[in-house]
Amino acid sequence: MADSMHPCLIETHHRPAPVAPGRREWMRLSVRVASLVAAAGCLPSALQAQSVEWNKAAFDARLLADAVKALGSAAPVESREISMTAPDIAENGAIVPIGITTGLTGVARLLVLVEKNPAPLAAVFTLSDAVEANLNARIKMNQSSWVYALALMADGRTLYTRKDVKVTLGGCGV
Amino acid sequence: MTEPTRIRAQLSGDKVTVRVLMTHEMESGQRKDAAGKTVAAWFIQEVMVTHNGKRVLTAQFGPAVSKNPFLQFVLKSGKVGDRIGISWVDSRGERRSDEGVVAASA
Repeated sequence: MADSMHPCLIETHHRPAPVAPGRREWMRLSVRVASLVAAAGCLPSALQAQSVEWNKAAFDARLLADAVKALGSAAPVESREISMTAPDIAENGAIVPIGITTGLTGVARLLVLVEKNPAPLAAVFTLSDAVEANLNARIKMNQSSWVYALALMADGRTLYTRKDVKVTLGGCGV
Repeated sequence: MTEPTRIRAQLSGDKVTVRVLMTHEMESGQRKDAAGKTVAAWFIQEVMVTHNGKRVLTAQFGPAVSKNPFLQFVLKSGKVGDRIGISWVDSRGERRSDEGVVAASA
């Protein structure tokens, strides 16, 4: 499926990468995100934090980048401060336990995205000051894929970490 | 008719670890039935968590959250007897609210 492949990943074949592909991917994304957010008149994520309206555009997005765009997040930056627990190999794609935790304060939202799912965005958690940025949930995975954990910070930053999870039996037809 | 949500909240030190198990099919919209027809998506879209009536956490779920969604989170402070409320709304507009009580650690 060529259309599911991120253009940046294709480019790396004929252009030396100055930065790691993952980071470059997000950097390119950030430019598009910025323009789209402006065009759509979206509020900064910090102001949206209390909204509980189900974000149809984000959940319907077929590409990771589109889902992040639809949430109006800032340019995602990879961060060691965010940590994710997920199995290296998930035998059953219908139940993949994911844990996200960070020691950072000021986390407004935590997101879980699965790059190769039919719709990448799995869940969005909006945190208040009363809860720790430490969540566990179970998601479905269609096939082996990168799983992304994004943290939308109250100061407008978006941090992420990712993990490659192999799936033995896909979980979307379940 | 919806099934009750199981809520277990345990105090450890000042913090409360809450484990929630909602009962829902979480139909992905990808599955086909025996006749080969796609089964329509049907899943919990929003979850609201309250602590003694005050909203502390909300979640938006897509169909990629597993059947019978499990959620674990930690409250920064709490005490035995505090009420933990879990309510959800699914994509058909069905709702359910349940309440649990914080227990002392085992």
